Amino acid sequence: MNSAIKAKHQRLILVLVALAALIGAALMATWALRSQASFFYLPADMAADPPEPDRAVRLGGMVESGSIKRAADGVTIQFVVSDNKARIPVNFSGIAPDLFQENSGVVAEGKLRADGTFVADNLLAKHDEKYVPREMKDMTAAQARQTVAETR
Amino acid sequence: MHGFANPARFLRLARQLTLPMLVAGVLLCAASLVWGLFGAPAERLQGDSVRILFVHVPAAWLGMGGWSAIAVASLTELVWRHPLAGIAARAIAVPGAFFSALCLITGSLWGRPAWGTWWVWDGRLTSMLVLLFLYLSYIALSDAANRDGNGQSRIPAIFGLVGAVNIPVIHYSVLWWNSLHQPPSITAGKSEMAPEFLWGLLAGTTGFSLVFGAVVLIRMRTILADQQAEARLRRRAMEAADA
Repeated sequence: MNSAIKAKHQRLILVLVALAALIGAALMATWALRSQASFFYLPADMAADPPEPDRAVRLGGMVESGSIKRAADGVTIQFVVSDNKARIPVNFSGIAPDLFQENSGVVAEGKLRADGTFVADNLLAKHDEKYVPREMKDMTAAQARQTVAETR
Repeated sequence: MHGFANPARFLRLARQLTLPMLVAGVLLCAASLVWGLFGAPAERLQGDSVRILFVHVPAAWLGMGGWSAIAVASLTELVWRHPLAGIAARAIAVPGAFFSALCLITGSLWGRPAWGTWWVWDGRLTSMLVLLFLYLSYIALSDAANRDGNGQSRIPAIFGLVGAVNIPVIHYSVLWWNSLHQPPSITAGKSEMAPEFLWGLLAGTTGFSLVFGAVVLIRMRTILADQQAEARLRRRAMEAADA
């Protein structure tokens, strides 16, 4: 009996040591991957260290309020992507996703030109983690809070 | 815990629990899905496409929860050699793989209207796809380990523990790395989701989990019954050889 308990403890210690080593290795790997695993550059990253002009990269951030301008041809748009630290103007011709709008997240795929303009050949919309019913979007913050409190 | 080392005791409890869990789970799922399809309001930006949330989130939860349970069962198998632990892990693997696949499929269908793409290789989507592959490997490995030998193989248990490192990676992928997928809406004690979505989602997640639990119990009973039948056949063959 005594030796059985000992064997059990031995296995427990062995497994725990193996798990600690494994978690350490995984943390080191994810830490090493932090720049490669990112899906896009933030405007501040891109301004600080611009990619080569012919390299396809992704730029992600918020579409600045009031910055969307539509060209006369109807398919070309210009807007500014910002992360509150840097702003990068973007040109895009094509169909933007439904959720592409001002003050909302966007990921633009394309190239950064030498003059600092980003030319996108595809746009992806990135929405935030807030889920708000449609009827509530036009309310003031106080009204919305009251509605939420009532439905609770 | 070791009270259940005797399968008869476990089987008695499992037999009593299966049906109530299944019925309660199906009712909760139905209520949540009906609410999601007809009751819940359209979302401010996403409109009606938000309704897929009521399948996507429970599926993601069970895909990750399933592997967490496999990891706990694997630890129990390796350290305490509990006879039911390996059986539980094997029973979880198939429904876990199913819900991971369901999460990826519903996510893809949702991504097209919400993001403008079916698939991107960002941290969250990639790590979730890795989870599905881990499940498929685990199923193949545990099947192979059980075909030869008496179902006491350590290899699937080690794989189950090692694969668990992917679970925190999935969870933190949207926080550590820039990703197209948004950060979690529901964190400990806090929700960025309006109550109309939140409560339906909690009911659905509970319901899906109960169905998952019932399926795992049914699969465990099947595996135990298979083992008993196998043992009986082997005994008969021995007796026939002796006679």
